[in-house]
Amino acid sequence: MNASRRNARRIVRDIAHARAGDKGNTSNINVWAYDAADFELLKHTLTPERIKRAFPHLIRGKVKRYVLEHLHGLNFVMQDALEGGVNTSLNLDSHGKSWSYLILGLELDGANEES
Amino acid sequence: MDTFRIGTGAGFSSDRLDPAVDLVERGNLDCLVLECLGERTVAFAHRDRMADPARGYNSHLERRMRALLPACRKVGTVMTTNMGAANPRAAAERTVAVARELGLKGLKVACIEGDDVSALVPKDQPLMDEPGTLSDIKMPVVGMNAYLGADAIIPALDAGADVIIGGRLADPSMFLAPIAHDFGWDAADMPRMGAGTLVGHLLECGMQVTGGYFADPGVKEVANLAECGYPIAEVQSDGSVIITKLGGTGGCVNTQTVKEQLLYEVHDPARYLTPDVTADFSRVDIQAAGEDRVRVSNAGGSKRPDTLKVTVGFDGGFQGEAGVSYAGPAAQERGRLAAEIVTQRMARVHGIEADLRIDLIGVSSLFATAGVCAADAQDVRLHATLRSPTKEHAELMLWEVESLLCCGPAGGGGYRGAIMPCVMTKSVLIARERVKPTLDILVA
Repeated sequence: MNASRRNARRIVRDIAHARAGDKGNTSNINVWAYDAADFELLKHTLTPERIKRAFPHLIRGKVKRYVLEHLHGLNFVMQDALEGGVNTSLNLDSHGKSWSYLILGLELDGANEES
Repeated sequence: MDTFRIGTGAGFSSDRLDPAVDLVERGNLDCLVLECLGERTVAFAHRDRMADPARGYNSHLERRMRALLPACRKVGTVMTTNMGAANPRAAAERTVAVARELGLKGLKVACIEGDDVSALVPKDQPLMDEPGTLSDIKMPVVGMNAYLGADAIIPALDAGADVIIGGRLADPSMFLAPIAHDFGWDAADMPRMGAGTLVGHLLECGMQVTGGYFADPGVKEVANLAECGYPIAEVQSDGSVIITKLGGTGGCVNTQTVKEQLLYEVHDPARYLTPDVTADFSRVDIQAAGEDRVRVSNAGGSKRPDTLKVTVGFDGGFQGEAGVSYAGPAAQERGRLAAEIVTQRMARVHGIEADLRIDLIGVSSLFATAGVCAADAQDVRLHATLRSPTKEHAELMLWEVESLLCCGPAGGGGYRGAIMPCVMTKSVLIARERVKPTLDILVA
């Protein structure tokens, strides 16, 4: 088994942790590399384009990424990403608190290919 | 060096009480903050107050006061809280009554009002985050509350209050005010306002910084989460702080728990707006400083906004939720068939199509719109949700789901249904100088 095959199912959760929050219909998710050595891979994997492309029906607006280089963290601010937000969403999780695990479930390998 | 010790005794309206008692008894705190108000919580509180003018404050207030006031008085810990919600006056009066029953004679309870700005905001006020004005929302308004900052709280500290109760006191401001008051910080010292705001931001969600909302078995282990301790901040006069918790409690404080909370509900880390400051968290330094101790420093700040945010609450009608479960071979197929039946009958028999959603829990619910789906589930629950201004629509939906027991696919069981009142909120801005907080001191 070569290295890329062995890594085929590695996901963001293997190298990072995250928390999601909501304001209106905007979701923000902060993502942190456990190990500084993985931060470049995390940055390369989690581009705003990748995230928007992975969940086009959910994340309908602009995705902006803030980088906290010294803390090895990323903060994604995603507009129109909460099915209307807590006031109108009929999702069981109307705050989108579980969205952090959408990001953590993305595969590291082949990160920026079309999904 | 002089240290100000401040802790959290609630991070949301229904947060735990027993660890708050433990924190006061053993924490030697200067101040305890109970943050109990979200945007929607205040709207629900307005609905309560409209139904009964004596209510409209946090439903756990009396129980919390009974448990915490004696310990607070013994240690000399000042309590600050927004449990007043839509009725700070009634909350303060109730607190005085509890204090008298407990024999806490002379306890000074500050009541901060003036956050209710419903008389000041015009109907055509533009919405803050979206096009349109308030008058475009075709729902009855239940209340409007401006976020009050530290400048509304500090007069109560000057007056020597033991308990400070307000309504829409901004979450971090409830922490910043006692810190700034103790150290004599100037409100124009924006880096210090930013530092105190960061302390508040890290502590305002209670255990979210001490291991709560963090555990993920296999990658993020947290010891004894059932006995998780609330956070303590040991603040220095330069604005730097140690985040920690009581020994012997569950949970953990480490750089990871602090980082996750640092940007919780933050958009641009360099521009976090509060009534007190435009805080800058983008250059914050986070360092481990021993077991369950993390040192945080280097927050910044610049000029506070000229406007205050106002939450406008509306009566949002009713939400019905109902479910029935399917298990075993082809559970998903039977669940899907049940969903089709409910959707079809709601439209054809009752003429209701809008605002109905049906998920299959176990297969695709939270991540349904995201397109994430479990293919192999054999234990699934149909979950239907309907929101309507009319309660009858919700009742009809519950009836339809329950009727699946005899008229739906094979093997369905475990029907439950409930109808809850709903609120809707929007945000607008108001010029700061138009909002006039008031202070009244009640003595037990």
